[in-house]
Amino acid sequence: MRTVFRFHGGIHPSENKQQSLQTPIEFAGIPPELVIPLSQHVGAPASSVVAIGERVLKGQMIAESTGYISLPLHAPTSGTITAIEDRTIPHPSGYKAPCLIIATDGEDEWQTTRCEPNYQDLTPAELVQLLRDAGVAGMGGAGFPTAVKLSINPDVHIETLVINGTECEPYITADDALMRERGAQIIEGARILSYIINPARTLIGVEDNKPEGIASLRYAARDTGIDIVAVPTRYPSGGEKQLIEILTNKQVPSGGLPADIGVMCQNLGTTVAIHDAVIKGRPLISRITTVTGRSLDQPQNFEVLLGTPLRFLLSRAGYQGSTNNKLIIGGPMMGFTVPNADVPVVKTCNCLLAPTENELPSPPPAKACIRCGQCAEVCPASLLPQQLFWFAQGNEHEKLERHNLFDCIECGSCSWVCPSHIPLVQYYRAAKADIVLHRENHLKSEHARGRFEFRQARIAREVHEKQTRREARRQAALAHNNDSGSITSPSTDPVQAAIARAKARKAGQQKPRSEPESS
Amino acid sequence: MLELISHYPLAAALLALVGMGAVFGALLGYADVRFRTEGDPIADQINNLLPQTQCGQCGYPGCRPYAEAIAGGEAINKCPPGGESTIADLADLLDVEALPLDQEHGEEKVKAVAYIREPECIGCTKCIQACPVDAILGAAKQMHTVIVSECTGCDLCVDPCPVDCIDMIPQAQGLHSWRWPLPDPVSSVAAIIATDSNRGQAA
Ligand code: SF4
Ligand code: SF4
Ligand code: SF4
Ligand code: SF4
Repeated sequence: MRTVFRFHGGIHPSENKQQSLQTPIEFAGIPPELVIPLSQHVGAPASSVVAIGERVLKGQMIAESTGYISLPLHAPTSGTITAIEDRTIPHPSGYKAPCLIIATDGEDEWQTTRCEPNYQDLTPAELVQLLRDAGVAGMGGAGFPTAVKLSINPDVHIETLVINGTECEPYITADDALMRERGAQIIEGARILSYIINPARTLIGVEDNKPEGIASLRYAARDTGIDIVAVPTRYPSGGEKQLIEILTNKQVPSGGLPADIGVMCQNLGTTVAIHDAVIKGRPLISRITTVTGRSLDQPQNFEVLLGTPLRFLLSRAGYQGSTNNKLIIGGPMMGFTVPNADVPVVKTCNCLLAPTENELPSPPPAKACIRCGQCAEVCPASLLPQQLFWFAQGNEHEKLERHNLFDCIECGSCSWVCPSHIPLVQYYRAAKADIVLHRENHLKSEHARGRFEFRQARIAREVHEKQTRREARRQAALAHNNDSGSITSPSTDPVQAAIARAKARKAGQQKPRSEPESS
Repeated sequence: MLELISHYPLAAALLALVGMGAVFGALLGYADVRFRTEGDPIADQINNLLPQTQCGQCGYPGCRPYAEAIAGGEAINKCPPGGESTIADLADLLDVEALPLDQEHGEEKVKAVAYIREPECIGCTKCIQACPVDAILGAAKQMHTVIVSECTGCDLCVDPCPVDCIDMIPQAQGLHSWRWPLPDPVSSVAAIIATDSNRGQAA
């Protein structure tokens, strides 16, 4: 039994996980229309490669990546592209963004795709490229392209590969369901990962409130050397840095990356996506999403085609719209509300929560901070949330940074315990955004200053060059006049010389090229 | 030596003081020459904080002159493109009170970029000469265009254009420019949802 360590702070919100675990994962079905946002995660949005009216097959690439941190998109089922237009996307802003709209034909006809069951025949670099082409992104947090995460500097040796199966946030059971039902695929995916980065050991961290999942994984991982570690249930043990500390007792330095201490962390859902991409040749076109909350008659886990509108999913789960007060994508701690049910599921949507007002009441109005210090006790990043709150209100960027605002993982533990109901995390998010904007503006103004100064220097140089050229020509003309034995040498008479210079300057302004003749 | 000092204490003390003065004076003089800083360091620091739009709305012919003026005691609230955040930075640096933006010099606006209606451009190159950051591309009698990524939105190219074909277009607000807002202190309908109803019910 591997020893586990503890991280600072943490809370025990009620789990609410059993509701969605009563039935196995079910395929949600093919909705009549799929809405595929071109931007599904951090990085540059993909760019469409299909035309309106074109028929697409399941698995066909419909949008290509447009940069290093960018991924292609694939058709989740066969159908016809009916539009490329702005639709509301699942994003905290509630904004609209360009989406590909597919009218499905129900035939679910596959395009032949490339699969590599004998992946050991490929080099790690080829496998990373395969994952990039398959559009595999982190299925947990921000959806960072997996290929980018795997392309580490060759000098950095990854000692420990950590698969994050903690799923610490209340309500969400998508990874739990995967562990129970697809243990073998998870382990195979983890082995592909460890083939790519070649770590000394591979650990899968799972919170101990998922005994079935742990048992299933242990069974699947027998004789592979992969260690399944049960970690105590405490929110937010699933934070990347927190899990690493639990498993290795090492802290990722402030502002650093896990790779700095020889660790790489991958989400458990991502391992299944990797398995599907490599072994089955199936690009990332669907995911497991927990659909839960008391406004639903049958909360459960669905296998959902990317682009499925939430409305369709809700109806599959027996949605009672009248009792619902808000729709949340993600969990109750870190999720965000969406404006309507037409928003589609994207790569990062692990949970759709439809609670009743009673279940997740709107928070009461915030009161003044009473300096009780509870927030500092629970902060998993060992920050001083009440100080940060103070500085965020006063817009004191420097102090915020000095108090390590950027180490805040936005877990919401501080808001959760705050007896004054202060929406602390929102202040931190806003403050972070403000600081980032400030930095960007500063870079831009530095750039503008560079260009301005360059222009000034260039103008000065041009003026100087013009003068020297004029001077040289004048000298040449004088020499010429002298050689040809001119009557009066202008250089002997300072007044004459000045007049000649003025004349030359005038002529030079009008017609610089013809200056020699006129002098 | 000691005897001399004890005999003429006043003269000795005077001599010692004058001597020390001379030595330190020489040291300071040397340091002044040896460690002289180029330019005006405070003006440089101030210039670093100004937005470098070079628009002249502050009443000075560019950011650098305004920076020098501030270093000389000018008010810090005259730069509309920088707005509140630049004023706050300046106040921080100079340890003075942050004043609200002086409305006389203009308001803080959404950043805009210049756009040349290309069919109307007669290729006079006047805008190129006006642009402080070389953000306009073109040549005599050729159609001109603005390099959007370099344009600081200073407006300076608009007036010189004889056919009025330059528009300042406010930059579109979209996903890339969205930021988390501060919570509304009155309504407190926060986006973060704590599982309050079952608070304290240990898992
Ligand atoms: S949201 Fe940030 S400050 Fe609050 S407890 Fe979590 S890490 Fe700490
Ligand atoms: S928990 Fe709330 S009231 Fe207590 S110190 Fe932190 S911010 Fe203030
Ligand atoms: S108003 Fe601001 S941006 Fe414009 S020239 Fe003056 S200091 Fe520079
Ligand atoms: S293009 Fe016009 S608005 Fe933009 S920086 Fe140049 S002069 Fe200013």
